[in-house]
Amino acid sequence: MKLNKNFDRALWAFHVNTGSCNGCDIEIVAALTPRYDVERFGIKLVGSPRHADVLIMAGPVTRAMAPRIKRIYNQTPDPKVVLVVGNCGNTTGVYYESYNILGPIDHFLKQIDPDVKIVHIPGCPPRPEAIIEGAAKAWLVLEELRGEA
Amino acid sequence: MMDINDLYVRMLLGVLAMLAAVVVGLAYKGIDRKIAAHMQSRIGPPLRQPFRDISKLMQKETITPDGAVDWIFHGMPVIGLVAALLLVLYIPWGPLSPPLKAHGDLILVLYLLIIPSLAMALGGFSSGSPVAAIGAQREMVMMMSYEFPLAIVILSLAWFYTRVLPGSAPFAFTTMEAAPIWGLVGPIGFIGAVLLLLSLVVVTPSELSKIPFDAPEAETELGGGLMAEYSGRDLAMFYIADAVKGLVMAAIIVGLFFPHPLSPIVEKYYALPLIMDQPVVAWIIDGLFFLFKVFLVLFATVTTVRVAFPRLKIDKISYIYLVPVSLMALAGTLLLYLDTLGGV
Repeated sequence: MKLNKNFDRALWAFHVNTGSCNGCDIEIVAALTPRYDVERFGIKLVGSPRHADVLIMAGPVTRAMAPRIKRIYNQTPDPKVVLVVGNCGNTTGVYYESYNILGPIDHFLKQIDPDVKIVHIPGCPPRPEAIIEGAAKAWLVLEELRGEA
Repeated sequence: MMDINDLYVRMLLGVLAMLAAVVVGLAYKGIDRKIAAHMQSRIGPPLRQPFRDISKLMQKETITPDGAVDWIFHGMPVIGLVAALLLVLYIPWGPLSPPLKAHGDLILVLYLLIIPSLAMALGGFSSGSPVAAIGAQREMVMMMSYEFPLAIVILSLAWFYTRVLPGSAPFAFTTMEAAPIWGLVGPIGFIGAVLLLLSLVVVTPSELSKIPFDAPEAETELGGGLMAEYSGRDLAMFYIADAVKGLVMAAIIVGLFFPHPLSPIVEKYYALPLIMDQPVVAWIIDGLFFLFKVFLVLFATVTTVRVAFPRLKIDKISYIYLVPVSLMALAGTLLLYLDTLGGV
């Protein structure tokens, strides 16, 4: 699909807690505060995955959340990018090999959609600056989709 | 009856007015977001952000959810947008009189204003999502609440004009333009007119589903409410309809209460007869002044209000419109009536 440049500067994000301890969620919300103000890049938090271009996911995939994550991912219209925030979502972190965890988000999403576009933001929790940088990387991923990078 | 050339000119004017309304409406949305951001001591998005949003939404996939009624779901955004754009044809744009002014008046405007909201509610009901259905129910409740004071304001203004200027067309914007209400009222009527204006100002944010009257959309609570299932092109159409409706609401307030042009004042006090002999200059001055008035109205009724207040519950919204605002509008009507008794 051919995307134009306006796409990069109008990313609407939907926030999914996939089993996070709320540490990352607070940092995501902090990125929206006047201090960091992601709206100046056109990034907006929306309430419905149908409106979203970016799914901000935080936390390891717990058994209870797995079907919901799948549903939310499929509800999001293409083209979309998944922003995995925090160590737990990227590697399962301290919950490594826990009985209640299905694994990191990228492994799980690749079972649903092999072509899923993922941006990893490590940190426990990552600073808001890192999350904003991750959103910038999401632009790069979308540029790849355009065939420019 | 109009001849065929006149018809073509009107069609061309109408299309141009619609395109201009979309562009200007989106621009006002950008200004609104920028000012709201500065009020919250943020930098805020650039002014062209709404255009980027539209451009992006047009590139997104448009999903039909399972359980949605397909043709209603995809038809309602079109109907909402068309109704919002139709409104543009019946409202005076400063120096530019409405392209179809001979064919519709305030009553038609009042009905056309309902259609975008109704289309949104029907789209919400047809999307098969409980969240959207709740949003749509709230939209219906809100419509039933705010239409009452809105109708009172417009009807009592029209009644006042029939009383003060017998023989004039009471429901035409041209009547208000020829004789703004502030010049026709005495001291009591002035208070009445202010009350009517205030009622219209309170109705505006809920007509546009803006905070504090955005219970039908309620992003943090209903996840977009009646828009929750819309994506891509359909969402973009609602977005544009919303922008156009904002512009139209502000233009209605300006047209009803502040239709004053600026060019006579400029001509009188700055003595520019050479420039003012050309109607184009007067036209530009009045056009810019109209855009400025619309900006002031939107700033006062939408931007400031949505930054200053939190979202109200739907029962509170209903109460506010049905009791205090309706009473305020009725009091305004009563004062206007007393004013006409005393002799103008």
